Order: sequence, then C-alpha cells, then structure tokens
Amino acid sequence: MELQVKQSRPLAWYAALVFAFLYLPIIILIVYSFNGQGVGGFPPRDLTLKWYRLLFSDGAIWDSVWNSLLVAAAAVAIALLFGIPAALALDRAEFPGKTLFRRIVLLPLILPGIITGLSLLMLFREAGVKLSLITIILGHGTALISVATTEIFAGLQKFERAQEEASLDLGANYWQTFRRVTLPNLRLSIIGAALLIFTLSMDEIAVSFFLIGRANTLPLEIWGRLRRGITPEINAISTIIFAFSLCAIVAWYRLRMRSESGQEITDELLRSTKL
Amino acid sequence: MAPADQQPQPSATTPLLSIRNIAKSFGKTSVLRDISLDVAAGEFLTILGESGSGKTTLLRIIAGFESADFGEVWMAGERLDTMPPYKRRVNTVFQHYALFPHLTVFENVAYGLQIAGRAKSEIEQRVTEALARVKMSSFAAARPANISGGQQQRVALARALINQPKLLLLDEPLSALDANLRRQMQIELKSMQREVGISFVFVTHDQDEAMVMSDRIALLRMGQLEQVATPREIYRYPATAYAAQFIGHTNLLRAEVKSGLARSHSLSWSTSLPDGPALFSLRPEDIRPASGAASAVSFRGRVKQRVFHGATELLQVESGDLLLTIRIAGKEQTAGELQLEFFTQDAVLVRESAVRT
Repeated sequence: MELQVKQSRPLAWYAALVFAFLYLPIIILIVYSFNGQGVGGFPPRDLTLKWYRLLFSDGAIWDSVWNSLLVAAAAVAIALLFGIPAALALDRAEFPGKTLFRRIVLLPLILPGIITGLSLLMLFREAGVKLSLITIILGHGTALISVATTEIFAGLQKFERAQEEASLDLGANYWQTFRRVTLPNLRLSIIGAALLIFTLSMDEIAVSFFLIGRANTLPLEIWGRLRRGITPEINAISTIIFAFSLCAIVAWYRLRMRSESGQEITDELLRSTKL
Repeated sequence: MAPADQQPQPSATTPLLSIRNIAKSFGKTSVLRDISLDVAAGEFLTILGESGSGKTTLLRIIAGFESADFGEVWMAGERLDTMPPYKRRVNTVFQHYALFPHLTVFENVAYGLQIAGRAKSEIEQRVTEALARVKMSSFAAARPANISGGQQQRVALARALINQPKLLLLDEPLSALDANLRRQMQIELKSMQREVGISFVFVTHDQDEAMVMSDRIALLRMGQLEQVATPREIYRYPATAYAAQFIGHTNLLRAEVKSGLARSHSLSWSTSLPDGPALFSLRPEDIRPASGAASAVSFRGRVKQRVFHGATELLQVESGDLLLTIRIAGKEQTAGELQLEFFTQDAVLVRESAVRT
C-alpha cells in the first residue's frame, strides 16, 4: 500500500487533535494562572501576576510543597537503598523463588493505590504507628522500591560483566570494583530511577490519602482546596510545578545525549511521567 | 616416527606456571578433564582449540574467575587457585578488551597502579611510558568508545601490563579485528612479549595464529589435551589424527601392517611397525610429481579437482579408490594422469585421538 502526500493530510489533522487533547488543558491551566479575572471568563483578560503574589504569601501551600519535596527525597533514598541490592541479587544471585520474585517485583506499582494505601494503613494501625509524614515516606519508599529495582536491573543487564573481571584482575577487591566500576556504569540507571521515583512520589495521591497525618503533601493540599472551589492560585502553583518538571526532563535529556546507553531509560521515563 | 609421549615435558628448570590435574564441570557437562600443563618463564604458550574445547575455561581458572573442581594451579612456588583473582600476579587481556567506558585511556591504564596506591608522580610516569610503548600517547585523553578496535586492543595490553605481572593471559584478543590488522597485531604482540620478557598464555581457535606466535602450542579438544609441542613439531609430527587435521591439511591413510609392509588401498610401503591396523598422516606438500627417487613410494593418480592459492595449488587426486589432496607449487602445470611419489618417513603414524570417552 502506498501512502501519498494527499492521503496524509487527515493524519496530520488527527495528530494535531491528539496533541490538542493532550496539551490544551495544560495550556489553559497556564494561561488562567495569569488571568486577572480568575478561572472564569473567556477570553482571558487583564494579564496579572496577582495570583503568584498571593501564592508566595500563602504559608500552607509552601509547607505542603516542602513536605512533598521531603517525602519524595526520602522515598528516593529508601527505594535506592533497597532497590540497588535487590537488582544486584536478581542479576547475580541464584536463590529459590527468583523467577517469582522477578515477576511480582512490579506488583506494588500495578496494584491500585487504594489497595496499597489501605493495606499499609492497616499495617501501621496494627503496629501502633502514628500517621505522619514518616508513614507517607515509608509508604512511598516501599511501593517505589520496585521501580528502583527494575530500572537498575535493566542497567545491570546492559552492563558488560567482563569490566568487573578486568577490575578484579587489576588488583581491585570486590568492594573497590563495585565502587569504581559497577556503580559508575549504573550512574544513568540510578539517576533515571531517582527522577522517576521523585516524580511519582511528588504527585502520588491515593497512598498518601490513607497515610496522611497532620502535615499535607502538595497534591493533598491542592485536592483539599479544590473541594472549596478552583482558585487561580492552584493554577499558579501547578504552572510552577509544570515548569520545574519541564526543566528536569530537559536536564535529563541533555544528560542522556552525552551517553548513548541511556536511551531506553529515557524513553521509559518519558512514557511514565505524566507530562 | 612421532613421539608417542603425550604428557607435557617438565623443563629442566622449574616452570613459572604449573597446572596440575585440573578438572571442571558445569552441571553435568565436563568441560576440562585432568589437564596438566607447564608454562616456562618467558614462554609464549598458546592454548588452541575449537569453541567448546574448554580453552577459555582453563584461562579463567588461571585468572581466578572460575574455580576448578579438582586439581591445583601453582605459580612460582605459590599456590594460585586458592587466591582471589585480585591477589594473583596474573593479568588478562579480555576478548572484547573490557575497557572501562567511563574512564579515559590514561585512567584505564592507570587503574591498576591507583588500586595499588602508587604515588601520583609514579603513576603519571609509568602510564605515560606504557602508552608510548603501545603508540597510544596521543589518545591519552580519549574515551574507549572513541578509538578503533586496534587501538582498544593496545590500551587493553598496556593496562594489563602496567602492574608488571609475571604472566599475561590473552583471551582471543585478536578475534574482533579484521584480517590485515590481525596479522599486524600478531607480529606486534609477539615482539612485545619478547621485549617485556614475561610469559604469555594465549587462547585462540585460529591455528594459523597459533603457529605464527607460539613457542609451544597446547592443543585442546573436548576438555583434554591432544598434544603439547612446538608449532614445528606439532605440524611435522602430529600425535593424533585430530591434531593432524586441525593444524594444516592432511591425508589420513588407514593402513594394515603385515610383516613390515604397510598397505593402504593401492599404496604400500615398508615400515618397522608391528603387525596390525595403523593410521598415518601424510601432508599434501609431501606428495609430489615423481622424480624417480629409489626410496620413494610411487603411484599414479588422476587429477579430479584443482584449487589455485597463488603460491601453491591444491589438487584432488584419485588413485584407485583413494582420494588424496596434494599441494604443488602454483607454477607447475598439471592435468590428467600424473605419476606421484612420497617418502615413507613423511607418512607419520598418528593415534586415533587422545580423547577418552
């Protein structure tokens, strides 16, 4: 079948529609964050930074931003701390149930957040742990270990094991070899996993909802305010988050361009983030 | 006649490396069976074998990346096989070089010295020298991904030699190179080995390469040594039918000896062997157009097929129900019926195979 130029015009329209469907909401969100009349009224009039000013003086929002960053950073730390050894074990060790472990390692991610959240809540209740940011951190951290494990496992699969042998051969012991050869080669996988986990944790709402104590994370704060009606302040904070995410993705993309081996990780990352 | 003794000859001086009764299985597959082999100081020994012969496993046991199920490895009076790889004074050039992609050429070569905790100035000086020796000085700052295969090979060599090992192991280091570069590197490697004066144990499946480079060849087949000898000896006096066929071309003549006369199809020649069946290897170049020499075995043959190789030409010759390959100078004109001859001492008695099954 030949595809001619004329025939591709409907396709182009279709593509444009898809893009509009994907990005129009974001564009509207951004535009209305600068709209003097708030979320109502079309077309937007009176360009203003009023909502941003309001946002910057809103302590509750910034507390929740700070909480979310803290949770995300801690979740990254926990997930990597457990995910790297788990990936190494999957790649190198032989143990009973290995195949099963490999199959179910992604389960926490596939499970609906509502189930993960509920089960963790019951666990914490049973253990008598008071709900706080710590419980959210534990929730995110454990649920996202699977992401770290699979990302780093993928990196290890591409890693040429002979390099480790070369290192041992040149007199480096196992720890030196891990630190000087294995880890640097996994750098991109680790950064990729960290970015992915950070993003997933930042906008996680279902698990957090069950485990929340007094301190709100950003998504929960926004959700809470939305129940009282949409305010342009929310648009403003969303615009800022959008800008930051964009910068992170661009930075990551640049990093990847410097090394050809990061290709798949990036693709996966771009697919997984909700940008 | 061929030397019947297949065991490696211990040299008068104590060998540098001594492999004793090494056996290794992976699951139910026996990869190495009772290998004993010595390497002298300063020797270039090639372990030659087809894929699956166990040659790489043997090398990895010496390096310490595999452990043997049975047997010992000794080097200069020290037991090697119980040490972790990083404590052995043995270095390796890997098949695909295994250069560290995140380090520069300079840092790759410096790695061993840095691990050993050498002073910065010493590292600087020794790495500079090592790179100069392999003609890679101008690439010191390059990453391995940005240099050619031949250059990577040189860097891998410099990196492996930087710790001044007593023994260098090379695992098919030339197999990734194209034919021309390969020939050039064979010569370079050989002269490098003479220059640094350390023992090389070189693994390859390429018999030409083994012939060109080695002081001795250890021919491995299905986890057992077929023959250990100098290239000349192994070519001239192959111990087994396998050795004769693997190294160069040959004609295998299945003969029956009866009262001092060996008979194979229409050919017969005198021999001192006792009565019974015997297998002989006769190299194609040892059969030539008849000159009428009295001591030669003479016969008639008809040319069936000819393959021109430039300097020489290979002919398929039929004599009765016997099909022989003969090699003649490329200049000679031959066709149709030929009177041919060979000398009885060129028909070398070979054993069926050393492999016990």
